[in-house]
Amino acid sequence: MRRPPRALVLLAALAASFFAVPLAALAWRAPWASLPEVLTTEVVGSALRISLVSSLAASALSAFLGLPLAWVLARVPFPGRSVLRALVTLPLVLPPVVGGVALLLALGRLGLVGRALESFFGVTLFGTLPGVIVAETFVAMPFLVLTVEGALKGLDPRYEDAAATLGASRGLVFWKITLPLAAPSVAAGAVLAWARALGEFGATITFAGNLPGETQTMPIAVYTALLRDVDAAIVLSLVLVAVSLLVLVTLRERWAPQA
Amino acid sequence: MSLEARVRARAGSLALDADVRAAAGETVVLVGPNGAGKTTLLRVLAGLLPLSAGRVTLDGEVLEDPAARRRLPPERRSIGFVFQDYVLFPHLSVLDNVAFGLRARGCSKDQARAEAQEWLERMGIASYASERPRVLSGGQAQKVALARALATRPRLLLLDEPLAALDAGARAEVRRELKASLGRFDGVRLVVTHDPVEAMALADRVLVLEDGKVAQEGTPSELSAHPRSSYIAELVGLNLWRGRGLGDRVRLDSGGEMLVSHAPVGEVYAALHPRAVSLYRRPAEGSPRNVWSGRIAGLEGEGGRVRVRVEGSIPVVAEVTPAAVAELSLIEGEEIWVSIKATEVSVYPA
Repeated sequence: MRRPPRALVLLAALAASFFAVPLAALAWRAPWASLPEVLTTEVVGSALRISLVSSLAASALSAFLGLPLAWVLARVPFPGRSVLRALVTLPLVLPPVVGGVALLLALGRLGLVGRALESFFGVTLFGTLPGVIVAETFVAMPFLVLTVEGALKGLDPRYEDAAATLGASRGLVFWKITLPLAAPSVAAGAVLAWARALGEFGATITFAGNLPGETQTMPIAVYTALLRDVDAAIVLSLVLVAVSLLVLVTLRERWAPQA
Repeated sequence: MSLEARVRARAGSLALDADVRAAAGETVVLVGPNGAGKTTLLRVLAGLLPLSAGRVTLDGEVLEDPAARRRLPPERRSIGFVFQDYVLFPHLSVLDNVAFGLRARGCSKDQARAEAQEWLERMGIASYASERPRVLSGGQAQKVALARALATRPRLLLLDEPLAALDAGARAEVRRELKASLGRFDGVRLVVTHDPVEAMALADRVLVLEDGKVAQEGTPSELSAHPRSSYIAELVGLNLWRGRGLGDRVRLDSGGEMLVSHAPVGEVYAALHPRAVSLYRRPAEGSPRNVWSGRIAGLEGEGGRVRVRVEGSIPVVAEVTPAAVAELSLIEGEEIWVSIKATEVSVYPA
């Protein structure tokens, strides 16, 4: 291969260091000695638990609701389909805090739907774990929907045709043919949604609040800690970095053969 | 047992308008150029595309009749479909591919697998039962697709280009086995192909589809003797002209006249085998009276014979031996004399 242009290599190195230096700084400033101590405090433990539970639940909820939505977008032609697709994509570009405000107006105690939820079912989302899950699902589900919709569109429709000619009802075709064939992208979409939910901050703090032990997720705990105790913020950040790296490495194993 | 279908349907820019009748135990082969609507016709019969008008009846049961608002969905029609490229389910084992239809129709898992196993044994591919379809060769995949379609015991079997995915070496043997398998199936058989050899080998009757319409229908021998379209003529390797019969000659629509032994008066086809066309360097003398000159537009070698396309007042294809090509030193673009015997031209009403 010919030697690559020097300017390109320099700019690439600059970009790489742009990602590497902050991480290195984090590691450099970390209070490694007091690490076990900070990690075992109540605040960190509960934030980690809330983050894991809510992000996994948000990912599962995204798959449960997003899969049918992706199927409809990919397979059912109807007027307004592109409008619906734009609506689903919106949370990707919307600042999460705006999403949180919108959720508050819809599902908050005095919101459009929230008021009914509270008076008829006694369900309150603000300040509760379900509220965290709703906020995270709002920003995470688009990743799953778009991933799965793309996969369904790329699927040869004749697999479904063949199953139908063999006597399979539409429901059976979906469960036995469509879903298994789309499974790898459903898994990929769910992981993307999970990663997005794990890092969620803006919508969650706006919609569910910042109650330690109730709605305080890891990112929110990092932000809160930063205001009083920088060392705790660094440790929490390191935990998030570790979890994210773990996911990336696992995913690489899965995706490497296809790449 | 029989299929009766009056099919009027639209798919994209194609307007399908074709009547298909077939009896049980009969193999009807649909041929036609790309985009003629062959696959569309199969999809309509299977219920994968709706009829806009017409009626499809299988063994007296109305499958679809838009006028009566009747339409059975594909899963409730007793039809087996072998798709082009076979479309085996990649996530299921070969055995479960074949068992799929039986499972979908309510068989228990054990019974479906046992029956599927029997089908694989009948097809001679039982050793692949637990493999995934991707390890199969084209010929094996075709057998699995056929077994999968036959396992539900359909009354109508549709095959879309069943041999197109195979390489030329495997094709002859798979075709022989396919013909044997089709012979054992006692329902109606409908095969789509664009390969003339395949059509002639498999068909009891051939249906020529052109631009969504049936251009000609008949036994393979009827078709090869009396083609009614340039597509069929080319399919069976004949020269075909259309013109007006005038008793002892035909005035060709494309210009020029051809002397023949007998031509009915009126619109006719004149067909001629390329072997009956003679080529000369100089104007020929003697009995042939159909003599004209033209320019060699193309030479195509094919299994010990060479097809020579000559453009001139009457365009014609001649078939000669490679030795004759050398002897006459035939070169593209050069002038050549063509002669044909009147008695060799077959003339029949259009």
